Amino acid sequence: MAVWSPTSYGNPPHLNPLRIFLLETEEISVKIVLLFLTKGGVSKIRIQRCGFIVFLFLFVGAPEGSTGSRSLLLATTTSTQDSGLLDVLIPIFEKKTGYFVKTIAVGSGQAIVMGQKGEVDVLLVHAPEAEKRFIEEGYGVHRRRILYNDYGIVGPFEDPAKIKGMKLATEAFKKIAFVKALFLSRGDHSGTHLKEREIWKAVGVNPEGEKWYQQTGLGMGQTLSVTHEKGGYTLSDRATYLALRKNLRLNLLVEGDPFLLNIYHVIEVNPAKWSKVNAKGARAFTDFLVSKEVQDLIKTFGVDRFGSPLFFPASGKKEEGFGK
Amino acid sequence: MDLILEGMKKAFWLLFTFDPEVLSILLLSLRVSATATLISLLIGITSGVAIALYRFRGRAMVVSLINTGMGLPPVVVGLFVTIFLWRNGPLGFLGILYTPMAMIIAQALIATPIVMGITLAAIQHLPEKLRLQILALGATRLQMVWLLIKEAKLPLLAAVMAGFGGVISEVGASMMVGGNIKGYTRVLTTATVMETSRGNFDMAIALGIILLLFAYFINLILTHIQQREGLR
Repeated sequence: MAVWSPTSYGNPPHLNPLRIFLLETEEISVKIVLLFLTKGGVSKIRIQRCGFIVFLFLFVGAPEGSTGSRSLLLATTTSTQDSGLLDVLIPIFEKKTGYFVKTIAVGSGQAIVMGQKGEVDVLLVHAPEAEKRFIEEGYGVHRRRILYNDYGIVGPFEDPAKIKGMKLATEAFKKIAFVKALFLSRGDHSGTHLKEREIWKAVGVNPEGEKWYQQTGLGMGQTLSVTHEKGGYTLSDRATYLALRKNLRLNLLVEGDPFLLNIYHVIEVNPAKWSKVNAKGARAFTDFLVSKEVQDLIKTFGVDRFGSPLFFPASGKKEEGFGK
Repeated sequence: MDLILEGMKKAFWLLFTFDPEVLSILLLSLRVSATATLISLLIGITSGVAIALYRFRGRAMVVSLINTGMGLPPVVVGLFVTIFLWRNGPLGFLGILYTPMAMIIAQALIATPIVMGITLAAIQHLPEKLRLQILALGATRLQMVWLLIKEAKLPLLAAVMAGFGGVISEVGASMMVGGNIKGYTRVLTTATVMETSRGNFDMAIALGIILLLFAYFINLILTHIQQREGLR
């Protein structure tokens, strides 16, 4: 009945009897509507009406499901999607293994909560403290380091707080708080937001509720846009900043502090805790990410568009070895 | 300003070159929203007519509930549908979260109260005597209902347009229950949000323009049918 299907992904999707029933119900209900519409038709306008119905009919098909064992739910951060990295990696993985990956791009905080509820199979996140807790509490297994880049403090060209070139993120934050320069926080429990809170904690300043401290509640890209519009400071991961730089009047002012390392880990959701988790698929995906092929791809990703890589491969490396 | 012009240029370029990705996004938007609208018509018109014709206790409350439902926020619908469809949620065994099917369900829930409310108003607006006359001429109940629906054709087509317009332009629920998965549940609105957050404003504007053109085109067809039959 469907004249068009989005794309065929490897193996035919697994259909359970209930879903077939649902799809059939949908088809039948559509048919009843059409019958109803045509039956009462007056011959004069019948042709028009039929044309309209055929038009609708063309696009009404039972949508095919694919949540069987061949599909894999990946919860990840917005930075891996917004930078376009996953658009490169996932098709390769799908072609190789036949899995269909459903990527849900949310903040690391939300991704971890989805993992705790067993709603996803695998996480690709960057919130080390929260990740460790996730593993300790038994929600996840097999946490592996995949890639890293770093955060930087970005701000307007004028730099009212004069933080340009500072070596330590804590010093820069202290200065921003001291001169009460506008600071935009993600405020969405994402990895970046957690990192930012960590820095404030290290500084010993609680910016919550201060006038110069505003929370956007948006993703990194949109927060950068707001920061640009308002001429404030914010903490951003390098990938998103580089990807959006062309639209922004913002400079990267503080970088290179080891405290600002941004490490992404992949975690498989514990199948012993949640029986519906696709453990085999999750393992295949994590194995794929640490493979040499992917690690080499990460090294060169973004160089053509931004002049420098957005991420660095981190599989098997020690944290101390990071940095440029 | 340049950006808008760039976006317009891009929109036409994407349309005329039949860009496969944009085309698939456009077709999925149409498929999901058209199916959702059809389902909402089935439920909305039948129950709307029933509520319009019958008097029962608590009717005022039901009607006011429907009228409130006409402004149902898509994000709230999305949230509830997501919670119900979670793997470990009450309807998790269906396994349809993050599929076009889930989007159709959410959108149908958004459109149904709109269709129901307009149907209710349209049928109630018909003169009471018409109903009596139809029955007096020997029509069965079903025939009477059919004649009433035909009589209220104009506002009912408006209900179709309102319902379809409501779901094709909705982003909150589609994002939540569909997940904006590339090549699978990415529709025009969710793609626009994503391109905006990626900083590809020209692409976002282009998608927005395509959405507007497309909504206009659908409404043009519906208006054509409505006005033709209305003047007869």
